[in-house]
Order: sequence, then structure tokens, then C-alpha cells
Amino acid sequence: MTDKKIFGVTALFNDPNAIFAAAKKVADAGFSKWDVNSPYPIHGIDKAMKMKPSKLGIVTLIFGLSGAVLALILMWWTMSVDYPMIIGGKPYFSLPAFIPVTFEVTVIMATLSTVVAMFAFFFGLPRNSHALHDTDYMKKVSRDHYGIVIEAMDPKFDEKATLLFLKDLKPLSTEIIYHPEKETYPIFEPRFITLLFGVAVVVSIGTYLMLNKLMYIVPFDWMDKQAKVIPQTSSEFFADGRGMRLPVEGTIAKGFIPYPFEGETNPTEVLSNPYFPTKENLELGQRKYLTYCSPCHGNYGDGDSRLAGQFPNPPTLHSERARNFPDGMIYHIITVGQNVMPSYASQVTRDERWAIVNYIRALQRAKNATDSDLKFVKAE
Amino acid sequence: MSTDYSVEAPVVAGRLTIAQIEELVAKPMDTKPDKKFFLALTVSGSALLIGAVCLLYTLYYGIGMWGNNQPVGWGFGIVNFVFWVGIGHAGTLISAILFLLRQRWRTGIARFAEAMTIFAVMCAGIFPIIHTGRPWLAGYLTPYPNQHGLWVNFTSPLVWDVFAVSVYFTVSLVFWYTGLIPDFATLRDRTSSKIKKTFYSIFSLGWRHSSRHWLHYEKAYVILAGFATPLVLSVHTIVSFDFAVSIMPGWHTTIFPPYFVAGAIFSGFAMVVTVLVFVRKIFDLQNIITIDHLEKMNKVILATGMMVGYAYGMEFFIAWYSGVQFEQFVFINRAFGPYAWAYWIMVSCNVFFPQFFWFKKIRRSIPAMMIIVLFVNVGMWFERFVIVVTSLHRDFLPSSWGMFTPTLYDAGILLGSFGLFFTLVILFTKALPVVSIAEVKAVADGAQPTHHRGEHHD
Repeated sequence: MTDKKIFGVTALFNDPNAIFAAAKKVADAGFSKWDVNSPYPIHGIDKAMKMKPSKLGIVTLIFGLSGAVLALILMWWTMSVDYPMIIGGKPYFSLPAFIPVTFEVTVIMATLSTVVAMFAFFFGLPRNSHALHDTDYMKKVSRDHYGIVIEAMDPKFDEKATLLFLKDLKPLSTEIIYHPEKETYPIFEPRFITLLFGVAVVVSIGTYLMLNKLMYIVPFDWMDKQAKVIPQTSSEFFADGRGMRLPVEGTIAKGFIPYPFEGETNPTEVLSNPYFPTKENLELGQRKYLTYCSPCHGNYGDGDSRLAGQFPNPPTLHSERARNFPDGMIYHIITVGQNVMPSYASQVTRDERWAIVNYIRALQRAKNATDSDLKFVKAE
Repeated sequence: MSTDYSVEAPVVAGRLTIAQIEELVAKPMDTKPDKKFFLALTVSGSALLIGAVCLLYTLYYGIGMWGNNQPVGWGFGIVNFVFWVGIGHAGTLISAILFLLRQRWRTGIARFAEAMTIFAVMCAGIFPIIHTGRPWLAGYLTPYPNQHGLWVNFTSPLVWDVFAVSVYFTVSLVFWYTGLIPDFATLRDRTSSKIKKTFYSIFSLGWRHSSRHWLHYEKAYVILAGFATPLVLSVHTIVSFDFAVSIMPGWHTTIFPPYFVAGAIFSGFAMVVTVLVFVRKIFDLQNIITIDHLEKMNKVILATGMMVGYAYGMEFFIAWYSGVQFEQFVFINRAFGPYAWAYWIMVSCNVFFPQFFWFKKIRRSIPAMMIIVLFVNVGMWFERFVIVVTSLHRDFLPSSWGMFTPTLYDAGILLGSFGLFFTLVILFTKALPVVSIAEVKAVADGAQPTHHRGEHHD
């Protein structure tokens, strides 16, 4: 037994008054690494043991205040910087409305930090490998006894002298506590590693099934399946097999006026540009031209888009023929299309078509500018 | 019968020794459960199962299975939520507020009441989440950075509610677990079963009953109680904001926060008494959960019941005094409209029946208090029903008036929530010490050094 390492010596009492007196004596004897174990807190034992008051409150204060500050910063940033939105006519930073959440975050930060700090940092728990565990001493003080333990780490500790000192206190019994013979690390046991591996496999499979299967099962499928006809799908209900219905013959969409010159080649007699090439109108035309026309005709109407070189080549808008078109002819081509160019009537409104016409005219004039045009530009 | 009120009644009756206290509390964990236990578990488990089936139907088909409609969009879902959150207020009140007020009688009932708090808040938490219709998207309720660039609306009482209830649950759980750690250590050191010992060792964190630890531990307990006290008041206040911040007649009142908090304590204490009466009988804890404790609980029920009654009266008065036509109509409609039966159930159960607690004999009679607290439980559920349904079903426009009829699924889920609550309570009684062993030992006769008797160390 002598080769065992001593943890300390203990003495047991069964009367709160006795432990109180004994604790005072041990404290007076000048020991520092010693402790009193009792099944419940004994009133006044902290004074008898000459312990300093707990400093736990500092942790609470620091984390509680940072909780309040963090909550306020989060709400200020989200509600008035990142996504400002007026709600109920209140200012972006509406302090009274932020009080409840600030309070709750303060409480959660303060309490959790206090408990975690106490157990993990003040006590060094969890620790089930302490030498006192599984001793008769521990079993007794856990139930209805009171014990004093003086650790071997104490500078004044001497196995025999300290034991005699404790016996002088007239305890029920004394005991020498040894460190456990061999430190075991059950986390490296094959069974435990197998368990960890099993948990990893189960969690992986579960996550995979959840994300890839479960999310596509009713009712988790984000309303994908509904008792209604989804646009562009077929339906067995109607004779033509379409889910969507065609409008009644002769229906005119809201905001559209039928174009009476479809099929004609040159309705320019009646079509005249109602818009002057003002700056606003030209800018509208430019926007629409760049969106709808430039993919084929090129940004400046040269027919040099990335489609150039394919058959049929998108034509340039600066040809003699195009330049001689009346406004109405360009409008007509945009509206009904020409050769492989489809109709743009559904994408571009009538007003926008005329604006495009004006813009094309500006492009044509810019590409074939005369000296008199340059004078205007220089004047500006 | 004359009583000497200058002497505090002993907290632990029957002159139990410290070891006897431990034996009594640990007995349910050391013995195999008997038939009665399984019978009770069967009943509560069946209720839970019925609720689960109704809930699965609801999840699959949507909340169209419920009675909710226009205009009553907040049906049983919100009624049950407020009811259960209210029940959950007694535990923290007993463990925190009575701790700060140095009411030593709380030790016998605190652990159980805290457990009931946790279970009740679990029941409560289910309802707003299933009420959204798509509970698996509940994560959207938390402020987290997302691709949509969206945040929750921090000025909305519904978001405050998310924070309040989740913080309340977490803090209650931590408070409860902190109290359990010394008891786990005690159980660890008395058990001979290896499996139990492993379980208790893990959960006791290796607690050593060290006085150097007790010093900080007691400090932490004071700190936790200090935070839990305003927290418990804030939770039902914020729940009441869900109503009071709206402009619905019957909801838009400033009395709601104190009225809700009083009602919550009222209903929570009633539920605690309901369950404790059985527990102390079944587990022979009459000496630890004494009739004196129950009497004190009944006094609190009487006091809070009167506060609730005052709120009922004051609501009526303010409705008349405000001169707002809609407000006046809602209250007349509550008392004499189509839901008058619910209103009068509420008033009689919450205001009339608790008045019997003025009599000491009734306060100390187990059967009498059992009847009254059951009435209170029923009455407090109906209070929430009255608040939610009668305000919504007839508000401003008579053309939008309607009626609310709960479906079987509503009833099944309510039953299921009781099933969940009692299943957890029953399992708790067998799995964990229903009374705080360390705390009760500390207040037993002869547990403290004599020169400290009656003197509080600072």
C-alpha cells in the first residue's frame, strides 16, 4: 500500500456543531489545501473556514451587460441599417419596442454564463475521476455526515502529523485517501469508439434522408403539390388536354390595341411617329433597344453582335435601304417581324416601339454625320 | 383553535432525521414501479397518443382541420398556449421569488413545481409552433443571417414572445438542473446499480459536496433567483402584449400585463396543488410536503384569485368609462352574448369558488381543496378561451361577425397536451428526486449549527 500516492487524510463527524468547531481549528492551524464536505450547505461554514466571499457576481455582471449591449446593437443594425423599414410609424431605432428582447437576452446571457463559469471554471467540473469519489468518506458525506479533508498538496501536510491532528478533533473516524492506482481513459475503449462511430453513421444517414428524401414528402414539400392546376401543365379534364384555357375568340388583352396592318408590307402611309426625339424619349428608346434589339443588331446597329457570321446574318441598320425606311416601316417591322425576326409586339409597348424608332434614327444619323451635325455637337 | 403565529411551523414535520429524509425521497428511484404507476402511465400515455394522432392529421392536412376561421383566427392554438404558459409560472415563482423572500417552506415543493414549469412550457411551446401551420419552418422565428437579407421584426410582440418563452424555458431548465446536481451526487453515492451509477455520475458532473463549492453554488442560486424573478413576470407580460398591443376591442387594455401575471400564478399554483396532493400521498411524502405547505399555496390561490376578479371588474368599468362603443359592446357581448356560458364558467370558477379558501378548515382539507383547484384549472382555461374567442368573433364590423366551433382535432390536441404534461410528470416522479434532497436536509431540525438557529448569516 505504501507505493500508492496519498491524496489526503479525512475525518468524519455527524454533528453540525462539531464540524463547525473542527473547521475553525483546521483554519486556525494554517492549512490552505483543505475542505469541508457536507450533504448541504452549512450556515456560516464559510466564515469558520475563512473563505473569501464568492466573486461569481462579476461574471454575471460582465455577461449580463454584454448581453444587453449585443441585443441592442443587433436590433439597431438589423432594423435601421441592414433592412430599414418603417413599422407602425415608429422610428427605425424604436427603443421602447426593443426593451423586451434586450431584457430577455440580458437574462439568458447572465444566467448561462454564471452557471457555466461556476461549474466549468470555478469548480473544474465535470470531473468524475477525483480521488474522493467512490470512497467511504464520500458516501458518508453525501448522506448525513460532515467531513474534513486535508490534501497532501498542502505545504504543511505530513501524513502522520496531520492524521494525529485530525484525530485530536475527536472525529467519528479518520481515513487516508489514495489517488486511484492507474488512470484509465475509458474514452479510448474500443466499445466507446464503436459507439462514437455508430452515432456518426446514424447521424449522417439521418441527415442525408432528411435533406434529400423527407423534404420532398408531403407535407414538407413546400407546397409543391397542391390541388390545383399549375400553369403550363396538362390536364385530362379538358378535351384539348391543356391545363390552361385559351381566351375566347376576339379577346383583347388589357392595354393592347389590335394592330390593323398585320400582313401588309408597307403601311407607312398611315403610320407616323407621334413622338419627338426628346432626351427622355431617346433614353427610353436606348434602354429598350439595348434590351431587345442589340442582341442581334449590335449595340450601335452595325449588325455586329455575337450572332454575326451565322446564317442569316443580322442586318446592319445603317444600310442605304434601312436609312431610307420611313419611321412607320421600322415600327411595322418591330411590330410584326420580318424574315427570321419575330414580332416584338408582346415585349415592347407601342410607345416604346416609337421610342426605339427615334433611337435608331439617332444611331443612323450619328453613323453618317455631316459637318453641320458636328457643329451642333461642338456647340454643346 | 388558536395558533401561535410568532413561531414558524417546522418545515419538515414528523422529526425526520437527515438520513430518513433521503430514504423517503430516494425511495421511488430505488424501487421498481408498481401497477398503479403503469396504470397512470397508460392513461396519460393514451391521452398523449390521441393528441399525437390528431397532430399528425393536422400536420398532413393543415390547420383547416381545426375550428379556426375568419374572424376567429386564434382558436384553441393560442388558448392552449396561454393556458400552459400560465401553468408554467408557478414553478419559477416558488423556486425564485419565494427563495428571495426567504420562505423556507418552499423547499419541499420547489423541485416539483420547477419540473412542472418545464413540462408546462414544453406543452405551451408546441402550440404557437403548430399554429403556424408549418412547424418545420419555425427556424424562421429566430434572427439569423440569411440569403433573403431578411430579419425578424423586433418591434413585434410575437417576436418578443419567441424570445421570452425560449429564454424562460432555458433559464428554468438551468435553474432546475443546477438544483439537481447535488441530488444526483447523493443518488450516485447511495446506489448499488452500475447503470444507475454511471447515469448519476454523468449528470452529477462529479459533484463532491465541497464547502468551497457550496459557497459559490449558493451565490449562483441567489443570482439565478434574482434573474428568474423579473423573468417570470416578464414572460406573461409579454404574452399579454400579444393581445394588448393590437387594437382589438377587449384586448387593447393596459391592465393586461398585471392581470395576466396574476392569472398565471393563480392557475400555476392550482395545478401544482392538484398534482402535489397525489404525489405526497402516493410517495408517502406527507412529512416533507406538509398540509401547512398546501395551506400556504391555497392562500396564494385565494389572493391571486381576487386579483383576477378585480381585473374582470376593472375591465368592465374601463370599457364603460372609456366611452368607446366597440369596447363596451365586446364586454356586454362577453357576459350576455352567445359565449356567455364560457364567461360565467370563468367567473364562477376563478372568482367565486376560491372564496371558500377564506375558511381554514377548507384550506386544510384535501378533498375540498382538490375540488376547488380543479375548478380553478377549468376556469383559467376558459378565461383564455373567453379572451381569445369573444374578442375576435364580434369586433368592429357586424358584417364580419362569426362563431367559433372547435373540432374534434382541437379537442384531441388539447387532450394530448394534458397527456404530454402528465406523462412527463409521472416519468419524473420515478426518474428523479421529486423533492430537493439537499435543500430539505438543510432545513430539517438540527441540520444547522445551533448558534445559527434563527439567525441569518449575511
